[in-house]
Amino acid sequence: MSVADRSTFKRRLDSLGVTVTEGPESECAELIDEAAGDPAVGVALDAGSLPDRIETDPTTAELRAAHTGVTDAELGVAEYGSVAIEADGAGTEPVSLFVDRHVVVLREADLVPDMPDAFEWLGPRARDESTDVVFATGPSATADMGGLVHGAHGPKEVHVVLLREPGEDGSGESDATDPEVSADE
Amino acid sequence: MSSDATKGDRIRELMATEGDAVAENTRGFNQGRYESTGRLDDYEELKAEARGIKEDAIARLPELIEEVRRTVEANGGTVYVADDAADANRYITELTAEERDADRLVKSKSMTSEEIEVNEALEAEGVEVVETDLGEWVLQVADEAPSHIVAPAIHKSREGIAELFAERFDPDDPPETAEELTMFARERLGELIEDADVGMTGANFVAADSGTMLLVTSEGNARKTVTATDTHVAVAGVEKLVPTVEDFSPFVELIGRSGTGQDVTSYISTLTPPVGSPVPDFEHDDGPLADGSGDDRDFHLVLIDNGRMEMREDEQLKETLYCIRCSACSNACGNFQSVGGHAFGGETYSGGIATGWEAGIEGLDVAAEFNDLCTGCSRCVPACPVGIDIPWINTVVRDRINRGEADPGQTDWMFEELVPDEEPGGLDLSTRIVGNYETLAKWGSRTAPIANRLSDAGPVRALAERVAGIDRRRDLPEFAGEPLVDWFEARGGSRVSADEAEREAVLYADTATNYVDVDRGKAAVRALEALDVHVRVPDLPGSGRPPLSQGMIATAESAAEDVYAGLATHVDAGRDVVVIEPSDLAMFRSEYEKFLPEASHERLAAASYDVMEYVFGLLENGADPSDLRAPAEGTGPVAAGKRVAYHPHCQARTIGVGEHATAVMEALGYDVRVSDTECCGMAGSFGYKHDYYELSMDVGEPIREQFGDTDRTVVAAGTSCTEQIDALLGDTPMHPVELVAPRE
Ligand code: SF4
Repeated sequence: MSVADRSTFKRRLDSLGVTVTEGPESECAELIDEAAGDPAVGVALDAGSLPDRIETDPTTAELRAAHTGVTDAELGVAEYGSVAIEADGAGTEPVSLFVDRHVVVLREADLVPDMPDAFEWLGPRARDESTDVVFATGPSATADMGGLVHGAHGPKEVHVVLLREPGEDGSGESDATDPEVSADE
Repeated sequence: MSSDATKGDRIRELMATEGDAVAENTRGFNQGRYESTGRLDDYEELKAEARGIKEDAIARLPELIEEVRRTVEANGGTVYVADDAADANRYITELTAEERDADRLVKSKSMTSEEIEVNEALEAEGVEVVETDLGEWVLQVADEAPSHIVAPAIHKSREGIAELFAERFDPDDPPETAEELTMFARERLGELIEDADVGMTGANFVAADSGTMLLVTSEGNARKTVTATDTHVAVAGVEKLVPTVEDFSPFVELIGRSGTGQDVTSYISTLTPPVGSPVPDFEHDDGPLADGSGDDRDFHLVLIDNGRMEMREDEQLKETLYCIRCSACSNACGNFQSVGGHAFGGETYSGGIATGWEAGIEGLDVAAEFNDLCTGCSRCVPACPVGIDIPWINTVVRDRINRGEADPGQTDWMFEELVPDEEPGGLDLSTRIVGNYETLAKWGSRTAPIANRLSDAGPVRALAERVAGIDRRRDLPEFAGEPLVDWFEARGGSRVSADEAEREAVLYADTATNYVDVDRGKAAVRALEALDVHVRVPDLPGSGRPPLSQGMIATAESAAEDVYAGLATHVDAGRDVVVIEPSDLAMFRSEYEKFLPEASHERLAAASYDVMEYVFGLLENGADPSDLRAPAEGTGPVAAGKRVAYHPHCQARTIGVGEHATAVMEALGYDVRVSDTECCGMAGSFGYKHDYYELSMDVGEPIREQFGDTDRTVVAAGTSCTEQIDALLGDTPMHPVELVAPRE
């Protein structure tokens, strides 16, 4: 993952109206806590941990009542601002979909530059493991009712928690090398 | 055509009721396409890659069907290849109504399921069907058909939807804004989805190597449809198969951009069903969402033939199967922008490519109902991400309709005499007149001014309208007494001798230039000579464009052969071929590929230039622009000075020669404003036809809006554009070459 990819990704998300916070894996729970509304349901993460208030083994009723769903993403596509969410037995797909706000956790290491990279990643997994992945780009949207509206069926808002690689400068802090990315799209 | 008056009425009605909403939406999508594809560095490469994948996939289709059967079954799903709609519906209803005993099926928008009319089949078996795409649901509530393959309800205004909801659901607090309407629909549909038993989706693509399907939506309804129900039925035409998952990639980058101008849609689902999510039990919702029993999902892939395997064997219709249903062709189409898919479409599909689909799936009769709404303007060709020559498919189908409908008992003897051609005797009169325009023009020129006076006479116009469908509101072209070729000969040939010339060019005296608009031919001669070109103006046959526009392919083909025969020696002698009429140049460069041996086509295409492109090239190569007419010298029609309003011809833009005129005019110091509409609406002879007069004028409306109050000098290259702009603005534009050519 290059600095350019990270800044492209963040610029893309910004233009999609997706908010982003960044930090080292150790701060994951805090970042989620700040981003998640209430009540919140979630699925256990591969990297980083969830704050205690997130219900990780929700009933269907709790899913229905939840404001926020927290899941991780397998991959990010820098050029498009997309995150790849895999449907699994733990309920990542419904938790990311049947809620008003989706908080999605992505490791910087899982960022790829562009779509061909994403499909090269997907191909073997689809063939060997029959995976089901949705590349989600921004919130659910429709223009069918005479104007652009977010939240047609899926989430109205998306927030990305980007977990920095510890190796980068030892602390996980990489702001120093991060070009200004707001407001230039 | 007079026998077909209801067609004109229906078009007028649709323009009045749906035209505004359709125009606004399609033009917005079209503009979005330009912007979004413009941001791609490798747009043309992506298109080529996408096309290559489709070519390969369709060539290997039987093999891919067997492969996907293996992979889907290995995943635990079932594949059913249905011969036709009835076969597919039988399978789906048996599964849904009998095996599953389902009360409700929720459906994510799919044109293929529209094609087989599965809703009706299911409802007949007592299964309630709910469309979950918001636009599609609006139509279901309104009991209407989609008018666009991507955005089914674009013909509906927000106010119309608000009224519909208020009437049908009688809510306490009727939703009005787009936000309120969306949330109202989201809530209702959310409940209906939660209680549904079966989910049905289409598939944008299916990868044979893994059984993975690609589903593209923005709303998330396909995701919910699949996740909330334990039985998933995917319905897809067999042509949706591609070899591998990696092959999805270029399409993902092209499909949203081409259709609505989104770089990607919000959700691109790649499902290898049965999917891995637990089935949420919304009826007993106090149980855990993920109860570990995630294996109770069932998946059926129904691949539909319904004429497709036959299309694959049909050299002309085959390309239709490359279509990825992005709708770019519809959004780029002037006529579609005015009338939408309810006029410009058949049983299921709409827009330019619908002719191919409907001809292959429903038959020629259905395609015939709207086929002539394709004017051949060709603006869809560069828009299509898989490079389908859509107008050619329309032409082929038109030709088959001509032949198929020909009634052998009808001799049409009088007409056969007047305009002999290669076509069957039963062609209707307006087709035949337009298709034989060259003969008519020759005759008109020979008998001018009598012919002109006659063609202006009220009773004659009324007759022409009644018998031949030529609208009397149109001015008919006035034939010149002395054709360009004769003028040139009488003047003693070129004023620049071949020995002193920089280059030698053959000016192609097309039918319109030779017999009608001789002035632009003379201007072209002067402009070229001013730049030291030795000009020849031989007597050559017409290009075949008018018959081609009427689907008279054999006539067009023989014209192509004659033109090539007439030009071959010039081309061999190293002379350039300079063309004034853009639609003729487009013939040489594009359609002649279908008619001439490859080497001949290539030679002619490489040697031919648009006159403004040629002037541009001469200036680029050192010719002196001061030999041409600069704005300062302008008097008379150019008195308005430097300011020019220019409408590039649709086909010129498609073949990439629309902008040379702008460059030349700017190089001479003109201030040029270029029209941003795809086509003026006249498109050859289309606007002459009585049924289409209003439509043609409506398509041209953006030109009136843009140039109507202008003090600029209006220029346009195409003969048809000239007629149309005259009708729209009340002022005949001149050809750009007339603006820049030195005076006599
Ligand atoms: S023909 Fe081409 S432009 Fe038209 S819908 Fe199909 S793929 Fe898109």
